[in-house]
Amino acid sequence: MQVSMTVNGQQRTDEVEPRMLLAHHLRDTLGLTATNIGCDSTSCGACTVIVDGLSVKSCTVLALQVEGSQVTTLEGLAGEDGELHPVQAAFQSEHGLQCGFCTSGMVMASVGVLAANPDPTDREVREGLEGNLCRCTGYHNIVRAVLKAAEAGPVAGQVPQSQEVSA
Amino acid sequence: MSILGTRVVRTEDPLFLTRGAVYTDDLTDERLTGALHATFVRSTVAHAKVLSVDTEAAKQAPGVVAVYTAADLTDLPPLAPPFPFVAAEFVRQWLCTDTVRFVGDAIAVVLTEERYQGEDAAEQVVVDLDVLPAVVGTANAAKDETLLFPAAGTNVLAAFGEPAPADFFDGCDVVVEQAVVNQRVAPVPLETRATSAVWGEDGRVTVWCTNQGAQQAKGQIAEWLGLDAALVHLVTPDVGGGFGAKIGADPEYALIAHLAKLSGRPVRWTESRSENLTTMLHGRGQDQIVKIGGSRDGKVLAYSLVTDQDGGAYPRIGVVLPTLTMLMTPGTYAFPKVHAQARVLATNTTSIGAYRGAGRPEATAAVERALDMFAAEIGMDAVEVRRINLVPKFDEPHSTPTGATYDSGDYVAALDKALEASGYAELRAEQKLRRERGDIRQLGIGVSTYVEITGADNGAGTGEEAELEVHADGTATVLTGTSPHGQGHATTWAMLASDQLGIPVEKITVLHGDTDRIPKGGGTMGSRSLQQGGAAVHQAAVELVEIAKKRAAERLEANPDDLVVDLGTASLTVKGTPGVSVSFAELAAEEALLVQTTFTAAAATFPFGAHVVVVETDVESGKATVIRIVTVDDAGTIINPLLAEGQRHGGIAQGVAQALLEEVLYDSDGNPQTSTLADYPFISATELPSFELVDMATPTPMNPLGAKGIGEAGTIGSTPAVQSAVIDSVAHLGVRHVDMPATSMRVWKAVQAAQSASQTQNGSTN
Repeated sequence: MQVSMTVNGQQRTDEVEPRMLLAHHLRDTLGLTATNIGCDSTSCGACTVIVDGLSVKSCTVLALQVEGSQVTTLEGLAGEDGELHPVQAAFQSEHGLQCGFCTSGMVMASVGVLAANPDPTDREVREGLEGNLCRCTGYHNIVRAVLKAAEAGPVAGQVPQSQEVSA
Repeated sequence: MSILGTRVVRTEDPLFLTRGAVYTDDLTDERLTGALHATFVRSTVAHAKVLSVDTEAAKQAPGVVAVYTAADLTDLPPLAPPFPFVAAEFVRQWLCTDTVRFVGDAIAVVLTEERYQGEDAAEQVVVDLDVLPAVVGTANAAKDETLLFPAAGTNVLAAFGEPAPADFFDGCDVVVEQAVVNQRVAPVPLETRATSAVWGEDGRVTVWCTNQGAQQAKGQIAEWLGLDAALVHLVTPDVGGGFGAKIGADPEYALIAHLAKLSGRPVRWTESRSENLTTMLHGRGQDQIVKIGGSRDGKVLAYSLVTDQDGGAYPRIGVVLPTLTMLMTPGTYAFPKVHAQARVLATNTTSIGAYRGAGRPEATAAVERALDMFAAEIGMDAVEVRRINLVPKFDEPHSTPTGATYDSGDYVAALDKALEASGYAELRAEQKLRRERGDIRQLGIGVSTYVEITGADNGAGTGEEAELEVHADGTATVLTGTSPHGQGHATTWAMLASDQLGIPVEKITVLHGDTDRIPKGGGTMGSRSLQQGGAAVHQAAVELVEIAKKRAAERLEANPDDLVVDLGTASLTVKGTPGVSVSFAELAAEEALLVQTTFTAAAATFPFGAHVVVVETDVESGKATVIRIVTVDDAGTIINPLLAEGQRHGGIAQGVAQALLEEVLYDSDGNPQTSTLADYPFISATELPSFELVDMATPTPMNPLGAKGIGEAGTIGSTPAVQSAVIDSVAHLGVRHVDMPATSMRVWKAVQAAQSASQTQNGSTN
């Protein structure tokens, strides 16, 4: 079947199997491999992307379900001039990533957390990221990174396509 | 000022944060164009005779190119046990024809054009099994009633040490004994196992796979396939975490390479998470008996640790883990008498391998538990008992009764720092208050001290390679035999070169993991990388400066001894004549400026530390919440504090996870009960506080950097501290021991049992 969506600002129309997951569509059809798949039970959040302003786990959405939607992946988060999004910049400065496998989903989920709550506490960040698992960092520096990104103001909860984002 | 010791942010990160790292499943190498997808058909039964495997229907399924069973693998040499001391009968098959020995044992492989077609087709493979009784748990295995390998005549894969002498505890006023479970856990790197393989026209196979050391993985694959090692080219892409479970290669990787040959097409395999949780190596899995004796004034006189290690269905690294546990049995303590003994048992479960700490956390958890119980028995504060028994500060190597030689240490200072930073006295006062008030939320305080072994000989020797080349454009390249998968070697190794040459970190490229470019290397495991691979980079840089000085001396007509490195300009200048200089880049333009070197560490190093953990436990529900974690982790000289702290953070979290939450479970028939991340309670951000890290650095003389390992320390220290804190939170209710993971149910049951025991006692005296 055919599915059309806007991915990182670009209109895409592709043939997919009806059962194709959005995560596989992004990775295998569109070649956007920053989005990772870490489980098969919607538990780890490595595949988190932003669809029409909502951070969602793309392993639990069929590609067909996002027909006509705006999708942002990690590849689409930095500015056109390459300037890092505040969340990306904070993950680097606070050492919020190690092996990097959870990072794409963690960054996208963090944007969602900050969209819903631009000035979160340590506890609120932890609760907001409960559905995103990391084995390397013990979450310590991820939480610090999100708090640091929040200092950039509302832009930290926005994606470049200027969609409205909520958690 | 040297760049060493400063918080340099990672040079890896901009790509990781914008394009994403490139893991094995992300590869777009043109040689993999048209690759087939492999899907394993695995046993759904823990122990059974294989009667038949019918692949006919699967072969007709859409997209199927081939279905392979053992009958198709006659060209492959049989697999052998991984260690010479394990009897040859304990052997696995590439694909099972005779017996399946755990849920997940491989029976067939389906190759399909597309990913989704594989799962459909695998379901069409009909396997007829005759179910046998399953052996679950070391106690069942030890009965030898059902044998996994009848030809071996026993389930004992290996045995180490002798029983303690009958008079071992003679002279002790108090002896405490306790069965302790160091439960099986799953490493769960976020990236599951994955590999790709393609054969070239030159008869060589290129294998990409996620691993912790390309050279070791290559050697294993070549050996398993019966190939000359020169015919295997192994490439390690970015790796999404390892934690010990990706050391070396797994037979699946070699099999996929072989199937690429049989099918004449490139083949890719990426396991699902449920496949990962049931078939990737698990960690820990020890049933221990700790016994400790001493005098009522707190002096321990004798300590014994007897371990039954669950080996799982087939012997892997788990077989040697208890030897590390035995080596580290006395930990930080100067016990006069120490006894350690272990055996490894085969069970119808997933094989056990290395997991962050690998044998040492088990030793630390046991001895810390023993000390706590001894302290409770004699009615002394557990910290005081530790203080009485700790090995005093030493600068000369300290030898232990179990044969370890600790390089340098000051355990008392580490303990004092941790206690001070935590406000230990105030915490005890707060605890007392809550106990007096009978609060529902009680405070528990757990203290651990630990010492562990890092950079131990892992079979590859303690040597490590480095190559450093400066280029004419002022950049430099480092080749390393270590294998980062999150540790940030690209940044730290660049710092080590920059420290000597003055070339900025961002102009230094660090390469690893390609066996054609880097034929030798020991990989990254056992917290060895900085003290061996990093030290090799440092040595290469020092040697390169010496070569450059000789060449610069000719060019500048100066004495080499008068030349000094100007770090600001990455050049050599004549002492006292700053205008006369030549840069490393200019020298490289004349003639290649390159050093290859091997650094061999004098011996292993022994990082140490102390952790204080505070939990709040709801005594009505048994739920314990960790509210503070204060750690002193002394790993000698720190090169990049930002990254070293990251290692501590991750380690601490994995220790908390084991102590409080995580456990791989099987039912009595050997069916996995935790085969997805919905069932396996992987620790999340909400279950952890932010960590309070305290600095302490006692350099080691074993390498010029003074660095010890930091990768596993956090786990080793935090696991017993958390367990101890939970028990301490309900100790006033009569609880002496709770096994890990200290879940709400376990704690609640322990409280109920202690209270009913005390009521019975009261009843009998009335």
